[in-house]
Amino acid sequence: MISFNLLILVSLGYVAFLFLVAFAAERRAASGRSAWLRSSSIYTLSLSIYCTAWTFYGAVGYAARSGLEFLTIYLGPTIVMIGWWWFLRKLVRIGRSQRLTSIADLISSRFGKSTALGVMVTVLAIVGTTPYIALQLQSVTQSIGIFAAHSGAVWEAGDLNGAAMWVAFGLAVFTLLFGTRNLDASERHHGIVLAIAVEAVVKLFALVAVGIFVVWGVAGGVGPTLDLIDASAQSQWAPVPSRWVGLIFVSGAAFLCLPRMFQVLVVENADERHLSTAGWAFPAYLLFMSLFVVPIAVVGLDLMPAGANPDMFVVSVPLAEGREGLAILAFLGGFSSATSMVIVATLALATMVSNHIVVPGWLNARTPGAVVSGDVRDVVVLARRVSIGLVLALGYVYFRLSGGGAALAAIGLVSFTGVIQVLPAMVGGVVWRGANRWGAGAGLVVGFVVWGWTQFLPSFGVDAALSQAVFDHGPFGLDWLRPQALFGITGIDPFVHAVFWSMCLNAGAFMIVSILTFPNPVERLQGAQFVKIFDYSSGARLWTQSAAQAEDMLVMAQRIIGGAKAQTLFQAEAQSQGKAGFLPDVTPDFIGRLERELSGSVGAATAHAMIGQLTEGTMISVDDLIAVADETAQIMEYSNRLEAKSAEQERTARALREANEKLTALSIQKDAFLSQISHELRTPMTSIRSFSDILREDDLEDASRARFAGIIHDESNRLTRLLDDLLDLGVLESGQVQLNLGHGTLAEVIDRAVMAAGADGGALKVSRRAVNEAVPVFTDLERLTQVFINLISNAVKYATVPEPELRIIVRSLEGRCVVDFCDNGPGVPKESQSMIFEKFSRLEDAGKAGGAGLGLAICRQIMAALGGDVTYLPAQGGAAFRVTLPENVEMAAQ
Amino acid sequence: MSDRGVEPSAHDPLAPDPLARVPRVEFLDRAGYRQRRFRDAARLLPVVASILMVLPLMWPRDTADQSLTSQGMIYLFGLWICLIVAAFVVSRVLRYSGPEGDQGTGEGGAVR
Amino acid sequence: MGRRVLLIEDEPNIIEAISYLLSRDGWTVHTHSDGETAMDKVRQGVPELIILDVMLPGRSGYDILRDLRADPQTADVPVMMLTARGQARDRELATSLGATQFMTKPFSNAEVLDSVRALAAL
Repeated sequence: MISFNLLILVSLGYVAFLFLVAFAAERRAASGRSAWLRSSSIYTLSLSIYCTAWTFYGAVGYAARSGLEFLTIYLGPTIVMIGWWWFLRKLVRIGRSQRLTSIADLISSRFGKSTALGVMVTVLAIVGTTPYIALQLQSVTQSIGIFAAHSGAVWEAGDLNGAAMWVAFGLAVFTLLFGTRNLDASERHHGIVLAIAVEAVVKLFALVAVGIFVVWGVAGGVGPTLDLIDASAQSQWAPVPSRWVGLIFVSGAAFLCLPRMFQVLVVENADERHLSTAGWAFPAYLLFMSLFVVPIAVVGLDLMPAGANPDMFVVSVPLAEGREGLAILAFLGGFSSATSMVIVATLALATMVSNHIVVPGWLNARTPGAVVSGDVRDVVVLARRVSIGLVLALGYVYFRLSGGGAALAAIGLVSFTGVIQVLPAMVGGVVWRGANRWGAGAGLVVGFVVWGWTQFLPSFGVDAALSQAVFDHGPFGLDWLRPQALFGITGIDPFVHAVFWSMCLNAGAFMIVSILTFPNPVERLQGAQFVKIFDYSSGARLWTQSAAQAEDMLVMAQRIIGGAKAQTLFQAEAQSQGKAGFLPDVTPDFIGRLERELSGSVGAATAHAMIGQLTEGTMISVDDLIAVADETAQIMEYSNRLEAKSAEQERTARALREANEKLTALSIQKDAFLSQISHELRTPMTSIRSFSDILREDDLEDASRARFAGIIHDESNRLTRLLDDLLDLGVLESGQVQLNLGHGTLAEVIDRAVMAAGADGGALKVSRRAVNEAVPVFTDLERLTQVFINLISNAVKYATVPEPELRIIVRSLEGRCVVDFCDNGPGVPKESQSMIFEKFSRLEDAGKAGGAGLGLAICRQIMAALGGDVTYLPAQGGAAFRVTLPENVEMAAQ
Repeated sequence: MSDRGVEPSAHDPLAPDPLARVPRVEFLDRAGYRQRRFRDAARLLPVVASILMVLPLMWPRDTADQSLTSQGMIYLFGLWICLIVAAFVVSRVLRYSGPEGDQGTGEGGAVR
Repeated sequence: MGRRVLLIEDEPNIIEAISYLLSRDGWTVHTHSDGETAMDKVRQGVPELIILDVMLPGRSGYDILRDLRADPQTADVPVMMLTARGQARDRELATSLGATQFMTKPFSNAEVLDSVRALAAL
């Protein structure tokens, strides 16, 4: 027989231990040695406040009543956690970059830092959470009652109420001590987090211990346990699809929307990467929490007398088996579940109440100058402390009023459905830029009303809040408003009915109103930031150039975030502005940063309002918004242009470099040409002068005289040809060439050219295909012949192989007639190929050329004048030139 | 921000340079490509989980009162373990590098 | 058999003109018109005087001059350079390489004869 006093002693000792743990954690954090306090395992364990006393005790009761359905409460969060990449990651990033303090702050901040929305979410959270807190108090007192009954004491209702009051009081002290140490709500509460992590271990250990005892100690192993399950009244598991899906959805959504879950998931998150660990570790925690629920329920049903409360099997089964130590451990587990939930929920609610209701109200009650003169810091701390007391008091009152009889699980689901009314606004706000505050407000109101009507009020029972008549016939005889058969649709499970209608109407109102109304500029900016958080990661500007004085700002900031922190902030800003040692300029960016900093303490809406008072009238307008957008667009365009420009510059530079190389090469070529032209002119002149000197002497034979005169004649012809070429090129280049158009065939032109170039019957073998050459041409035949002569002469000169051969190939390419001249000589070296068509250019081995290197330049000029082209064909096994005839060659001929 | 061990306090360390736009890379090397696919796996996981969790609703029943509780337990806990293992594997291979985001779709540069 | 002169030049008409002039003046004129093999020709029988064109197929006159001056057999043979380019640069180059005389085309017959006689007298 256990001493009841022992239980009380153990409980008090446990509480003292928790205080010590929290205190030590705060000390460590304060001394900066807090790395392990921010580890991912602490984070994962802190998430376990999802598992409340409802889970600890109620899940067994739930399983005893409805079989496996209790699992849905864990499966929903499992999906959310393993799907962290989808949504949680974004939520945590937003929470950190916007320094969010609560889920009300999230909604308020997203929708234009709206105070009204903050109040609405806060009210919703209080209404949804208070019964839940009451539930925790009830479960603790109930379990104490079990022990009392076991030890023979008879507990009156008054004793239970007294116990509940003491528990509530103890929790209030704990939360006050460790929840309001630092005002900045977005900072970690190391003490609380570590305490709930310890409690998480205790409750898991306790439940698993009871489970192991039940399976191996009572049932006799896994096999017999499964047999027992199949033989039990709960073996007829036939999941109702709508409930199964609905419960998974609600629990998953509640996991995101519960104020306490938002607190540990987002606000207390120290590092985004912890999510990836929690993504698998938290589902594992849930799995162990629920692994033994069914066995405990089944064994309890089998073991305990009919009528025993299955919600208390976790404690009552070990007690009935005489395992009092185990029972105390189980009690501590339940106690841990209850207290950790209450502490965090209270903290979250108190933050919401102080930031969204008390402080804005206090600010409104003051004259505009109050921000500077009033001591905001004290007000905020006081508000938060009062709120903690208030929330716990509310829970206690609810516990007293409800009488503490209803099944634990039922109230849990009602609470869940209530808080998930925030879901459409939250998800919509994070993924949809078009969501606005009117839509969010409408959705929240509609969802709240529908939930209240279809689930919250009916949950009190028939004839409690709603009369039987209302259940049966609707209010005022309006049949379609029956609480559990809206719009006359009957036959749905009441829970699914409430979830379905509240979610549909909530989301519908949210979207439709958002679509129909306009957001204000701040909303649009915030919306863009929330939705594209991974692009921004920093606050956009909400302020224009301000009239506010830096001094006023500093005074205000000191009053909110404390002197040292405010001064550090201002000094850092001054430093970054290059004004170290002075007050910083009040730039829009600085105001934005300051506002974010303040919002970490008092919430976005309040911070915004306070700054708004100082900077009066300088808040952003639609025009400013557009200006900001324009500026952004300009910056982007500018940077695009810069990119384009630098690319273009690079291109230009490259072109210039190429041109320069070409010019340098040409200049060298030109020098060479001048030497060459000098040589070409002087060589015939030397002969002419020399022989004319000789001719002037008398004593010459007639034969010699005739011969020398012949030489003079030839050489002067050579000079003339050279001058002709030069002039020809000059004329062609100036574009003043006169074309003498006429009809003919390609064959005739080639015939003439071969003959004139002296290739006919010489060493060079010319191979042609007459069939292909029967192409009628209408062009300047003389000029075309000149081109061909040049090309054939080149082959004659340069194809220096034992059996030189020139192939003249006529063909049609892409609708144009081309003539290729390919010889089997050494060809043109690669490095010279780009040069050969330049005038003044000639291959190095000039001796054989006999010309001044003008031939190919002339060819190109002629072909250009005719409307065709001549190019060098590389890699043909010799020198190869392609003459592309003018486009209209054939057509014009017809 | 994710790789900062210390909570920023004085001022936002992320004050971005408006011109610092990281151009989106369309084609990645093998390692980068792998990482993208791991992210796809991370996205896929909850979808698969949801489908598998509602599967018992469709289990056939020979008789109206056929017992499925122990079978259901074994199935659901087995599934749960598989999901945890899968999530564990994903969390190991996924390099959660933070700021550059996960833009699976080709979004343009950030507008600040 | 008069004194031997070697004319290295590729233009047939100029070869004919100079040959005519010098043989009439009592010289035995040997001609060669390829730059590459010119040194071989010189070594077959070192002449009393060499007339060397600058622009030759295969090898430039300057290169040949350099070889001539490097070879002790021919280092002292007077060389008269002929060039059709006639820029100051060419003259300097030729002188620095050891040309005895430099003559720009076109030249008068009298100039050639005078120069040859002067060189032969050295």
